[in-house]
Order: sequence, then structure tokens, then C-alpha cells
Amino acid sequence: MMQRYPVSLTVNGVSYQREVEARLLLSDFLRHELGLTGTHVGCEHGVCGACTIMFDGQSMRSCLIFAVQADGHEITTVEGLAESTDQLHPLQHAFWEAHGLQCGYCTPGILMTMIPFLQENPDPTEDEIRHALSGNLCRCTGYQHIVDAVKLAAQKMK
Amino acid sequence: MKPAPFEYYVPDSIEQTVELLHQHGDNAKLLAGGQSLVPAMNFRVVQPAILIDLNRVGELSYIREGDSLLRVGAMTRERQLEFDSAVAKRTPLLTEAAPFIAHPQIRNRGTIGGSIVNADPAAELPVLMLALNARLNARNASGERWVDAQDFFVGMFSTALDPDEILVEIELPFASPRTGWSFMEVAPRAGDYALMGVAALVALDENGRCTEARLVYLNAGDGPVNAKGAARMLEGEIPDEPVIQAAADSASQNEINPFGNIHASSDFQRHLARVLTRKTLKQATERARDGLQ
Repeated sequence: MMQRYPVSLTVNGVSYQREVEARLLLSDFLRHELGLTGTHVGCEHGVCGACTIMFDGQSMRSCLIFAVQADGHEITTVEGLAESTDQLHPLQHAFWEAHGLQCGYCTPGILMTMIPFLQENPDPTEDEIRHALSGNLCRCTGYQHIVDAVKLAAQKMK
Repeated sequence: MKPAPFEYYVPDSIEQTVELLHQHGDNAKLLAGGQSLVPAMNFRVVQPAILIDLNRVGELSYIREGDSLLRVGAMTRERQLEFDSAVAKRTPLLTEAAPFIAHPQIRNRGTIGGSIVNADPAAELPVLMLALNARLNARNASGERWVDAQDFFVGMFSTALDPDEILVEIELPFASPRTGWSFMEVAPRAGDYALMGVAALVALDENGRCTEARLVYLNAGDGPVNAKGAARMLEGEIPDEPVIQAAADSASQNEINPFGNIHASSDFQRHLARVLTRKTLKQATERARDGLQ
């Protein structure tokens, strides 16, 4: 029987206590233990960015953090963005409006990357947006509509 | 579950960490930011029996400005280096190169010490440690020692650290006056592993002659490659176009040993090295001249 470790953390403002194996990845913890399947799992080695979450307000790869390491920390996932099911976050709304997604697999990771990016840089240039997006792979869109959506979001969020 | 099972320890001090290393030595692996180790564990390429997590060792995370040195704790996140004002003032080369270290999401978690100890020949920080003449403080249960960066990297993914040692601190001398810097790399996509990269430093005397130069390359051999011969070609000279050109030719032909990969043949890597050397030396020289005024 593998040893289990207590984890007490906040996800989207809700406190959770669980006991986990040390090797459980934070991405799998969010999806399988908490049922928060908005965080997607792509490459599981830190390349694709689909699993990006916010860890104490900073975007990070949840597939490269063990759940036990999140003990005492604050996590935000894509489920924490919208105020309610019928009121999207302005960033989400901009992605909807500008057709910033096709299959949507990469979208949660991109949103969780762009939230802190737009907080730090509320008026970004297209170059800065593309640079900030470089850690998130999208295989459908060719990125143009994602860039448009981020620009639109920046305007809306001012 | 991706990684193989391991025993997990979370020390909260350096003392506890070195005690754990003393007990477990070779069986244990230190977990810093985990941005290289965890992928390897997810693939089960690496299966440590024991994992010692450094993320609660608060005393390993700091940037302190002394009289002539910066002291950086090994667990300082790469993102902190990127935006630190003392780093920008004292070691501007590091500030210039930091945005090239992977992606922001990785830099938020990855640490200076983790990247140095990982000793990936394609990584930026080992190159910067050589370029900046860093000294590295290693500790084990019986004491500490200092290792110069040039003696620290001993081969691909290997360092001078013993299995019971931890890298604690990085000591970075302030850039001297009239020293110009430049860092450039070429990668298929921003944040990817670079095909080639160069850190250049050029120091000038009052008359604009080069007193000291440094050229260090990433992805150009089995560790960071310090092109001492090419750097010496600049010393005593006014670094004008022909001098720079000759140094770039020599470094790219004689001093680096790129292996080539699916994205670039070794010939193309040498070509990139020549072009990047020229550009970085030019920029470093211009910046050093700005310092003369």
C-alpha cells in the first residue's frame, strides 16, 4: 500500500482536503479527484500548455507539479473564470466573439495563460501576445483568431 | 498515474536537506522547479526511489545585492531573476537572456539552481554562469565548498556535485564598468530549445581596446562551450568589423562541436553560431562604447 499524504488547498475559492499518493500530478488530481475536467491534459511533459492553471496567481503547467506540492496553495482553473454559467468572463466572451477556438482542447490552457498576462500587460501589442502564446499549442486555428480574441479581450477588460 | 512510485520528503531547511542526502545519497533526487525532472519522471525515464522536495526550503530563495556580488539562492524562480532590478543593474546579461528560458509558465516554476544542476547543453543558465564567471556554493552534511562555473559543468547533464551535495547559492560578480553584453539565440518557436545560442561580453579600456572578452555557446557540445581562443583574438584589439568577423569564423569553425539534430544539421548550427557571434559581439561592443561616454 503506497503511503498517502494529506493535501489541503483552495481551488477556485473552495477549500478541499484529500489524501493522495506523492506521485499524483496536480493535473490528474484536479480532473480525477475533484472532477474539474476543464483543465485539459495534452502532452504531459510541459510542452503543449493545455494543462496550464494558475498557482498562487501565476500560470504554471499542472502536469509538472505534484498534487502534494499544492498543499496550502491557491489554484485557479478555467472553471473559476466565469461568474456564473450564463455570464462568461470577458476573456472567455472575447474568445467566443472572435472565434478564438475550434476544437477547444487548448483553450482552457490559453485562457489561464492570458489572464495573468493581461493583468501584467493590459495593453499588449500583437508581438507581445504572440510571444505570450508561445507556450500553448493549438493545432486547429493557426493562432490568428486567438490573437484577435486576446486583443479584443484587452479592449473589453480596460 | 504517470511517474513510478517514490518515497517523498519535504524538508524545510538546508540542514534537513543535507541530512536526507547524507542518508539516501545516490537513491535520492532533489526536486527543485521540476520543469525538467517531472517530464522525465512522467515518461519514467527517471525513477528516483526517493524524492526530496526543495519547494518548502524558504531559505534557498533570495536575491541579495552585496558590495561587488549578487548572491542568488538556488531555489530562486527564473521569473524572479527576469524582473529583479538588482539583477538588471548588476548583471544585465542575465536579464537580457532570461526571457529566452523556455516559456513564462515554465519560468514561473523553474529555478536557477535546478537548471544549473540539470546541466542541459541546450539550456541558457549554464551558459550564463560561465559567461558571468559565477561561483557556485555546494553543501553536504559535513560542510560547504565553492566551485567555479568553469569547473562545475563536466559533461552532458553532469556536474561536479557529489550525490550527497546540494547547490545552495550562486555568486555573480557585478559587471565591470565599460563592459558590454549581448545574448541571442535562434529557436524554431519562441521558448523552444534553441538550435544555437551565444552569450557575449566585451570589456573596453578608455581607448576602446578590448581588455577582455567572453563567448559562450549553448547546444554547441556536451555542455556550455566557452570559446576562449576566439575571445583572446579580440583582446588588445579595437573590436571593429574584421576583428569580430575573424573571431566569429574561428569560434564557429574551431571551438564548438554541435551535434546536429532533426531541426538543424551541425553545419547549419555552425552557420548560426558564426552569424550570432558577429551580431552579439557587435552589440556588446556598442554597449561597452556607450559605457565609455
